[in-house]
Amino acid sequence: MSNEAEDVLRIRTPIGVEYAWSAGTRSSAYLNGLLEGKLLGKRCPSCSRVYFPPRNGNCPMCGVLLGDDDVEVGPNGTVTTFCVVNVPFLGQKITPPYVAATILLDGADIGMQHLLQEVDAADVRMGMRVEPVWAPRDNWGPTMENITHFRPSGEPDVDYSDYAGQL
Amino acid sequence: MSIAGLVREAADRALADAGMTMDDIDAVVIGKAPDMLEGVMMPELWLAEALAAAGKPVFRVHTAGSVGGSTAIVAAQHVMSGVHKRVLTVAFEKQSDGNAMWALSVPVPFGMPVHAGAGGYFAPHVRAYIRRSEAPGYIGAMVAVKDRTNACANPFAHLHEPDWTLEAAMESPMLWDPIRFVETCPSSDGAAALVIAAEDVADSLPGPKAWIRATAMRSEPTMFAGRNQVNPQAGQDCAADLWRKAGIADPRREVDVAEIYVPFSWFEPMWLENLGFAGRNEGWRLVEDGVTDLRGGSLPINPSGGVLSSNPIGASGMIRFGEAAMQVMGTAGEHQVDGARTAVGHAYGGGSQFFAMWVVGAEKP
Repeated sequence: MSNEAEDVLRIRTPIGVEYAWSAGTRSSAYLNGLLEGKLLGKRCPSCSRVYFPPRNGNCPMCGVLLGDDDVEVGPNGTVTTFCVVNVPFLGQKITPPYVAATILLDGADIGMQHLLQEVDAADVRMGMRVEPVWAPRDNWGPTMENITHFRPSGEPDVDYSDYAGQL
Repeated sequence: MSIAGLVREAADRALADAGMTMDDIDAVVIGKAPDMLEGVMMPELWLAEALAAAGKPVFRVHTAGSVGGSTAIVAAQHVMSGVHKRVLTVAFEKQSDGNAMWALSVPVPFGMPVHAGAGGYFAPHVRAYIRRSEAPGYIGAMVAVKDRTNACANPFAHLHEPDWTLEAAMESPMLWDPIRFVETCPSSDGAAALVIAAEDVADSLPGPKAWIRATAMRSEPTMFAGRNQVNPQAGQDCAADLWRKAGIADPRREVDVAEIYVPFSWFEPMWLENLGFAGRNEGWRLVEDGVTDLRGGSLPINPSGGVLSSNPIGASGMIRFGEAAMQVMGTAGEHQVDGARTAVGHAYGGGSQFFAMWVVGAEKP
């Protein structure tokens, strides 16, 4: 047979799922803060730790609702640890290499991941001080992506002992 | 091969090894990592038929990457409770049907999407471990060479790469600095299955068996202020519970071999400390001194080649548990540890937040 079809071994069938996410009161304050260019965390009334972002509204350790009062954190912070992403993969929006850093914002008690740019990856250090770079205000939404990335602030590095408990 | 085929092949092999058929089995416990890794929701529903288990009780377990271990423990609890006598447990992942890097990098509304994948999540913790322990930079490469070499003695390993040297490993490209390509697990398709039977059933079976001496599970939140992400409390607590239940006072001396979940090579020294095999910041010294080597080491770690040589995520934990059992049964073939009488299987998952462990022994406890 000359026109024999090849076996079909693999087909691609893209699927999508859309979610509606209910932010709740604590994360709403955080997201509304981002619309104003403010970094608003919440304090646990039991252990006094400041969560930024105040993700689910509860302190994961104490199991109680975070306090209602906003606690402004940052804008600067400290790189506690980081990795340099050199691997490309499906859906990635940033071209490698780039630095994904865990940043402990001033006044917060938990680090968050963000991008670190405007610095050679080889020069990034644990303990490095950084500051946020905001997108043009016209592009802001209720999202952490209003900060496009962090960059070195030029302040002296923080001693390891001061953030070792964050690792 | 389809998911159904993978699962069926593993189940058939386990049943044959136990001298049983599906007719002998009272219940089935199935585990796999997030459904999104393949995009097939609740696959356990149709896998019952593939396993010829339609009509039998089927239970699904899901604890992210640790699921293979938790699934085996849940199956053991089905028997320990006295409800069932013979339980088949199966775990799998078919990474070629999906894209795990994508599935583990879905943007969430409350944070910044950094698009770094699983390696990007764990690499900062590896950096923190290196800083905290002051380990030499070549330790991760040493573990990688060991595991890739061990895998060559395991016909079921995904990667068979006999030619790695420490020098070559150190030249391997950085994927998620400080994690090199060779220090990273592959994306694998695979399944594992075990038959877990009550004491009286086991006594009636010919051939070697592994006696479950203790099991333990623990979890903790992924994110909380002050969390020890290098040496998580849940893992420390899980190990302490395991040793207590097994009556093991000094795991370093009393355990002959361990299969622990090491998807990135640096997690070997990290988990050696978390499990209590080494003191704090000392795990890397066991690697450097060859203690964890298959030949000549006093505590061989991952003689099968480990997750670093095969990572069908959902199955990986059960492979650890099954490999530990094979070691004390003396059926591990070319990667058998001579005289292994007491072995540990270990799995972790999520953001180092789910832990599952068991101790198996050659002697009936």
